[in-house]
Amino acid sequence: MLTILFDGIAYGMLLFVLAVGLAVTMGLMNFINLAHGAFAMVGGYITVLLMQRLGMPFLLCLPLAFAGAALLGGVLERTLYRPMYARPHLDQVLFSIGLTFMAVASMDYFMGSTQQIIQLPDWLRGRTEIGSGSWILGMGHYRLFIVAVCAALTLALQYVLARTRFGSRLRASVDDQRVAAGLGINVNVVFLSTFAVGSGLAGLGGALGAEVLGLDPTFPLKFMIYFLIVVAVGGTSSITGPLLAALLLGIADVAGKYYIPKLGAFIVYSLMIAILIWRPQGLFVRKGGK
Amino acid sequence: MNNKPLLPVRQSLLNASRWKPWEPVLWLLAFASPLLLSSHALIINEIAIVALFAISLDLILGFTGIVSLGHAAFFGLGAYAAALFAKLVMPDPLVGLAVAIAVSTLMGAACSLTIMRGSDLTRLMVTLGMGLILLELANKLDWLTGGADGLQGVLMGPLLGRFEFDLSGRTAAYYSLCVGLILFLLARRLVHSPFGATLMAIRDNRLRAMAIGIPVHARLAVIYTVSAGVAGAAGGLLAQTTGFASLDVFDFHRSADVMLVLVVGGVGWLYGGIAGAVVFKLMQDILSAITPQYWTFWIGLFLVVLVLVGRERLLRPWTWFRRAKA
Repeated sequence: MLTILFDGIAYGMLLFVLAVGLAVTMGLMNFINLAHGAFAMVGGYITVLLMQRLGMPFLLCLPLAFAGAALLGGVLERTLYRPMYARPHLDQVLFSIGLTFMAVASMDYFMGSTQQIIQLPDWLRGRTEIGSGSWILGMGHYRLFIVAVCAALTLALQYVLARTRFGSRLRASVDDQRVAAGLGINVNVVFLSTFAVGSGLAGLGGALGAEVLGLDPTFPLKFMIYFLIVVAVGGTSSITGPLLAALLLGIADVAGKYYIPKLGAFIVYSLMIAILIWRPQGLFVRKGGK
Repeated sequence: MNNKPLLPVRQSLLNASRWKPWEPVLWLLAFASPLLLSSHALIINEIAIVALFAISLDLILGFTGIVSLGHAAFFGLGAYAAALFAKLVMPDPLVGLAVAIAVSTLMGAACSLTIMRGSDLTRLMVTLGMGLILLELANKLDWLTGGADGLQGVLMGPLLGRFEFDLSGRTAAYYSLCVGLILFLLARRLVHSPFGATLMAIRDNRLRAMAIGIPVHARLAVIYTVSAGVAGAAGGLLAQTTGFASLDVFDFHRSADVMLVLVVGGVGWLYGGIAGAVVFKLMQDILSAITPQYWTFWIGLFLVVLVLVGRERLLRPWTWFRRAKA
């Protein structure tokens, strides 16, 4: 039982890293970006390519996956996304679905439609067990690694958003673009870097998750709904909301698939609808926020 | 009581609902097409079904402003209802269609409770979730629906007891066109009525609509239910004319495609769904003939360009090189 809980937490942490970039673009910049999963897929494929073709070590691939996805995100933000910010939500939905379709088809074209496998280094493959009987806690080392990385990232993000000058500039730009620009904040640069970091985090999540979630060209469509659930349920005004939502979702999904496999993902979706009807703005919402 | 001030209003509503001269011509052409292009009757049938589905989405997206990413839920429900009814109860197509409409209308009424609250994002998620839940259900209840293999062996009886569904698809095309025309006329009547006018008021400014005394929630519930019923009819037609229902009808692709169809043709204009269905189906047919596996790439590219150029401007090529109004 503790093992399931632990796996759920690891899964949730992974979802959080994948989704937190989306929480920023969607919640802070008010842009519905359904193409977020495509950046995650790019990160995953960068890792696979580097490891299989160039034989790079896994740990080195992770920052490269982040950088690659962030670069792509930055370029796309500057060229394609920026004109979309002021458009109605329907346009944004169409635009980002279009991008997703393109990403899926071109990945299929270049990499083939088979599932990619990541060879983990030996020290991540083991498994530690604590306790005995029904309270046994089995921790895969890789899951432990994911939890550690994600926890560190969460703390860093929280620190940047809440304590640094950049964080307050971002929050100011989000609350009122015109006033922020009037105060001398370069809103475009703030948004550009935020979007790039968000995409980079997705790429990192994709690289980390390739082993757990599986990586093939349909990745963006398959996991889009999970990212969206995390953001919608968690609310978008802080990063603790999406974190708790991701953990809840991860645990519910793993436990549901373990205990009641017949129902599958049914539980997660029903839970989401129930929560959204109850609290349409998400579970954790800042009073007085936009 | 003196109701003179109402007259101009009534007049303008009547003017809008009057038939333009080209409309009957269009429908005559549509009904002539299975005869003229008899080898393409199957694709005409498909176009008619997609057009009907797009019209149902237009009722809530174009006229009420609700962005739904899960409209395939009702489409699929209609398809499975029609297929199951034909398999388990009786093979008569018209009764089956009525059952499909009834089931999806009921479902729409239940789901209409979920779209009342929250922002665009919340509605997007809830509608998407409803579609996924139904997909999961159809997948897991395999003793009833055949699971991932789909529901096979659906045999339809002859239409009105006389016209058999044949392999060339001409009966199917006429059946879909007739049902499509009837539902289109009803939808047309609906959006040009005072009721339709209140819907557009809600779309344009919900707060204002509330302030002038329009019961916003009740109106939304009614139109969502109607739209679900029409989508169910489209799904039912699909299942009946192909004799098959599979998980594909609930797929996210369906919802995304139908939104694309509608946007290509023009949102908030009932003929937009029809025009979009013709363009989309032909495009899909041609593109997938050229690149069978990667045609979604071109669809995606088309979407991105469409939005970047501007949905309004793509239909008016002479405005492409003019600067957009600030």
